Amino acid sequence: MLDLAARIETPKSAAEVAEIVASGRPLEVVGGATKRTIGAVRGAEALVSLAGLARVIDYAPEELVLTAQPGVTLATLEKLVASQGQMLPFEPPHLGKLLGAPAKLFGGKATLGGTLAANLSGPRRIRAGAARDHLLGFEAVTGRGELVKAGGRVVKNVTGYDLSKLMAGSWGTLAVMTEVTIKVLPAPRCETTLMLFGLDDARAGRAMAQAMNAPMEVSGAAHLPQAVAASAPLKAEMAVTALRLEGFEASVAARGEALSGLLREFGRAERLEGELSAGFWAQVREVEAFRKDPRPLWRVSVPPASGWRVGAGSGSTLHDWAGGLVWLATEAPAAAVRAEARALGGHATLYRGEGPAFEPLAGTLAALTARVKAAFDPDGRLNPGRFAEA
Amino acid sequence: MKMPAPDPALIARQGEIVRALRRIVPGEGVIGDRDGLIPFQSDGLSAYRQQPLAVVLPETVEQVSAVLAWCQANGVKVVPRGAGTSLSGGALPLADGVILGMARFNRILEIDLANRCAVVQPGVTNLAITGAVEADGFYYAPDPSSQIACTIGGNVAENSGGVHCLKYGLTTNNLLGCEIVLMSGEVVRLGGKGFDAAGYDLLGVVTGSEGLLGVVTEVTVRLLARPETARAMLLGFASVEAAGACVGDVIAAGVIPAGMEMMDNPAIRAAEAFVGAGYPVDCAALLIVELDGPEAECAELSAQVEGLARARGATTIRVSSNDAERLTFWAGRKAAFPAVGRISPDYYCMDGTIPRRELPHVLTRISEMAAQYGLGVANVFHAGDGNLHPLILYDADQPGQLEAAEAFGADILKLCVAVGGVLTGEHGVGVEKRDLMGEMFNETDLACQQRVKCAFDPDLLLNPGKVFPRLHRCAELGRVHVHRGAVAFPDLPRF
Repeated sequence: MLDLAARIETPKSAAEVAEIVASGRPLEVVGGATKRTIGAVRGAEALVSLAGLARVIDYAPEELVLTAQPGVTLATLEKLVASQGQMLPFEPPHLGKLLGAPAKLFGGKATLGGTLAANLSGPRRIRAGAARDHLLGFEAVTGRGELVKAGGRVVKNVTGYDLSKLMAGSWGTLAVMTEVTIKVLPAPRCETTLMLFGLDDARAGRAMAQAMNAPMEVSGAAHLPQAVAASAPLKAEMAVTALRLEGFEASVAARGEALSGLLREFGRAERLEGELSAGFWAQVREVEAFRKDPRPLWRVSVPPASGWRVGAGSGSTLHDWAGGLVWLATEAPAAAVRAEARALGGHATLYRGEGPAFEPLAGTLAALTARVKAAFDPDGRLNPGRFAEA
Repeated sequence: MKMPAPDPALIARQGEIVRALRRIVPGEGVIGDRDGLIPFQSDGLSAYRQQPLAVVLPETVEQVSAVLAWCQANGVKVVPRGAGTSLSGGALPLADGVILGMARFNRILEIDLANRCAVVQPGVTNLAITGAVEADGFYYAPDPSSQIACTIGGNVAENSGGVHCLKYGLTTNNLLGCEIVLMSGEVVRLGGKGFDAAGYDLLGVVTGSEGLLGVVTEVTVRLLARPETARAMLLGFASVEAAGACVGDVIAAGVIPAGMEMMDNPAIRAAEAFVGAGYPVDCAALLIVELDGPEAECAELSAQVEGLARARGATTIRVSSNDAERLTFWAGRKAAFPAVGRISPDYYCMDGTIPRRELPHVLTRISEMAAQYGLGVANVFHAGDGNLHPLILYDADQPGQLEAAEAFGADILKLCVAVGGVLTGEHGVGVEKRDLMGEMFNETDLACQQRVKCAFDPDLLLNPGKVFPRLHRCAELGRVHVHRGAVAFPDLPRF
């Protein structure tokens, strides 16, 4: 990681970003620097902060699209879209508190650009899709120092390669985004959460699957095993399995009834309504239960039906995405965590702790990945060392 | 439509190429005779035809890999093909190229309801996926109008949409993984059954790459639980403006219908004459709005939409009372293209997307242009997401009409871009809109995309002549710095 005393660049325009990249120095790129510790960059000679590119350029609620510069904070955007009764459908986590982001230098607030670069999505991912599904188009400076655009500013577009998908989840290793267009949606009018108590991980997995496999439009399915449910801030006495329903009042009421009936074999479902429900899902989204846990923290992505198997006996887990996303706090060696995730058909990323963050790729896929990286950034100027292959 | 100049040396080697392919795919899997090749001369964009060198129909991934590796080693171009329903010429053959047909990959490999996904071969039709899981209460959401015929492999290549993608997304939003074979013959798995994969989202960039990056040999799609109820509404309006305003009102009310379609009067009349769906033939614009979910939600929202339509002066309001009636409402829309085919010897379907607020302006301009070109036009429109399908009516037997239709179509697409939209919402660029790419992208943008192509297919042998208005050798793209988007390759051949 770059010494913070080293040179920090704060470009105010795409042209200035292009100039900085064209200078040829290896660069670390940050938005609010909240996720800077994940896959730490090595060997950068300057740090590019996108804090100076923080304008909302166009917001057309009736067209369901919003165009902004990448440095705009999630908090600002969330407030803006809420003022029009809309939302960021992928419910992005901020993670600043979880990762202990330093507030001093970069504000410590998650930005739109950083969120998209990390393809971060919250509990609603199971219903609404991920960050990558909402990035409609962008303008960016590639590692070649060229300003390019791809995609569009409308919700439906297949013109040219879908480079937006490549940008999402590239962790700033292909190009520095200078403008993005995302899809927004009307916010639900109400929400309710059904909570089941005392289920072991396997039964909880089955309960979530049963809910997801019924036409209930479940928009959050999480399981907090007993040890995790007991920790702050929830401090529950038993394991908690939660299912969220959102939408129009009559619909939520009808689905709530139906879902309670459907899950009767798992016990009586308690309800969390309104603010309480929203507060609970914010805790899940921000992985609050592990904020103070000293152990290395992994984000494990697996086929949902295998989620309950992750980390069994070796650490503490919090299950989101109906089992598809497992946060695992464990002292187990990295190789063991990765091997388990792979064996279950998934992959593991180290979000907090010492060592390489990202799953190493192998074979043809690794070679192809390296060629894609070289297409954008042949000299390896952008976020060097963040990915093994890139 | 100009294609890259065929290589006469390759055409001269046709016999040898067919023999080599037969060694890889024995039996009836290679077609090399004139008559046998005729069905492969065009795809859904039938205005363009070309006889390929040969057609190969492999049955295994090993055969696909061997065919591609042999073709790469021998400098033979390959055009992948599913069911050949592309509306943009994505599967248009090359005179010196081989068609790689994936029709024999027609098996459903696994239905995994615990993970709500299905693993299928690419030649399985879109509708067959739903067919395989509907008894269990599931379906596959993207529903292009050609879903009875089009294959899931083709859907991946084109990132196909459909009338339900306003709420449920395009193909790209409903995929979990795929296996592809690169032009080198190497097999790569992208994604799996989880929600994301390690590394770059290569699945995302392969989806919609129009067969230029790899050949899809296996697809894992996300399945959804079938909504309890679906209800369709027919809303007729005396003006296009009123219908467009109603669409905006529905979205503004926070309602995202499962589908929201608009047809103009010529399209309504053509569809009604064809299928007798009960459309009001005297209205200027018809909306079909589908709501799905629990019965309580459909009831609440249909009442709400009805109120909004009334406030905009709707002249017809009908709500389906059962599923048969709902499907009848849709029948006309789903058959709009063939319906228009009955009233005109030929039609040419465009596919631009515009910001919805521009609809009245764009439709007015389209009718002005129609008068100018002396051609008829019928408009169907995925109104919810701004995806416009003007159907230009022409007669290919009348000298000059095809060219006029092409010019008219190009003008429509330029207009879409000019008002902030894009060239294609769901049909793809193919050959059809290839030469218009410069309307949306400058040389720097296109070079960036073509470098991605080079990462997958450095010899540019997979489906060349599609999507990009110019072919650039990869070595040149690697070297040249495009300055401020200016044309940087003055000496390269255009086609």
